[in-house]
Amino acid sequence: METAVTKTGTEDKIWGGGNQPLKVSYGKMMMWFFIVSDALTFSGFLAAYGFSRFKFIDSWPIADEVFNHFPFLHGVDAPMYYVALMTFILIFSSVTMVLAVDAGHQMKQKKVIFYMFLTIIGGAIFVGSQAWEWKNFIKGEYGAVETKGGQILQFVDAEGHRVGLKEIAIIDNNQDRAQHEERNGLWYESEATLPTYTIDEIRAGFAKNKDLVIRTQILTEKGEKTVLSREESLRRLTNDAIGIVEGANLRHNEYGTPLFANFFFFITGFHGFHVFSGVVINIIIFINVILGTYERRKNYEMVEKVGLYWHFVDLVWVFVFTFFYLV
Amino acid sequence: MAHDTAHHESNTGRIWKVFILLSVVTIVEVILGIIKPAFLVETTVISMKLLNWIFIILTLYKAYYITWSFMHMEGETKGLRRAVVWTSIFLICYLIFILLTEGDYVYEVFKAGHKSWDF
Repeated sequence: METAVTKTGTEDKIWGGGNQPLKVSYGKMMMWFFIVSDALTFSGFLAAYGFSRFKFIDSWPIADEVFNHFPFLHGVDAPMYYVALMTFILIFSSVTMVLAVDAGHQMKQKKVIFYMFLTIIGGAIFVGSQAWEWKNFIKGEYGAVETKGGQILQFVDAEGHRVGLKEIAIIDNNQDRAQHEERNGLWYESEATLPTYTIDEIRAGFAKNKDLVIRTQILTEKGEKTVLSREESLRRLTNDAIGIVEGANLRHNEYGTPLFANFFFFITGFHGFHVFSGVVINIIIFINVILGTYERRKNYEMVEKVGLYWHFVDLVWVFVFTFFYLV
Repeated sequence: MAHDTAHHESNTGRIWKVFILLSVVTIVEVILGIIKPAFLVETTVISMKLLNWIFIILTLYKAYYITWSFMHMEGETKGLRRAVVWTSIFLICYLIFILLTEGDYVYEVFKAGHKSWDF
């Protein structure tokens, strides 16, 4: 690189040109500035999440109740374990990346290949895990009832354990409401997939099972959801409830306010997209390392630059982990 | 830049140390998040639970090590370091301050307002 720079005779003066006041190459400096702008984008999202959360500070969903799945452990309440594992995988892939950069400094091609390979595998596992988290969140677990005011009512038994819609509903075989699709009704109108149960089936089942009560979105002083009395539960279910919510999407969320789902999809989605593009960029550089491009170039700075990006993705995850799962 | 390679000795020892440190901090966070000690949840410092402050401080601690050690910020010149770190920290703090203040205000309006939004 230095051979391409013409001597200007001003090498001793910092701002005279032909000098690098920050003592980094153009590429690395621009990677840093890109990271700054990307960091500001992510902080914009996370700060907006904070805004919405402060706005609904007394009714925000409890993350431990939302993300409590672990692979192969069905029905076991395992809050945070899986996301902690994901965090480890990402931190570890950051470690292998920095080891690859370190090996690159010593011009050890074989080691760079090995560590970059581990990094790519780690990144792929992480993206896969995130997809799995999304799947669980979209599918939902117990189901809930939504009110006119857009509030979520969940069902619990006398001990306070959650009860799923399928345990409550008394199926009414006489009604056969079909989903309105464009091909079987008005051609310009259609509706979303119908929920498994109707609100009347839930009302009937709830009236019959005297143990059941309703839990609202509102948090108590202790940070738990408010549980209504039996009479109050019946009143709300009869007067306010208008529909069934199963799982979460951008409009409805069985765990609480739809904003929670919106931010979850948007922020973890945007981060997941960064991980995905990081993996793709890593693969490109990995191929270059195998081909010996950097051996011939006699420096592995490209590995260092993608390394910076990769660490940044890890850095963002550390914050997403804290604000979505811990705080 | 080819000459640079001669100056770099291996840092693997330090890398593993930082990895262990980050792991320990994460484990502490997860344990605190699962058991949620009552006294940390009940104590409120500057309108937030003490537990949440601990999480945020531990996160910043991790972020410092990732940036300084893994991204090798400690080895960069003062100029680059300040251009990156000070700019981000200032803008982020400003944004957080504004949005959280506003969020809290909206919450108060919802709560104290004579119009119910849960109809």
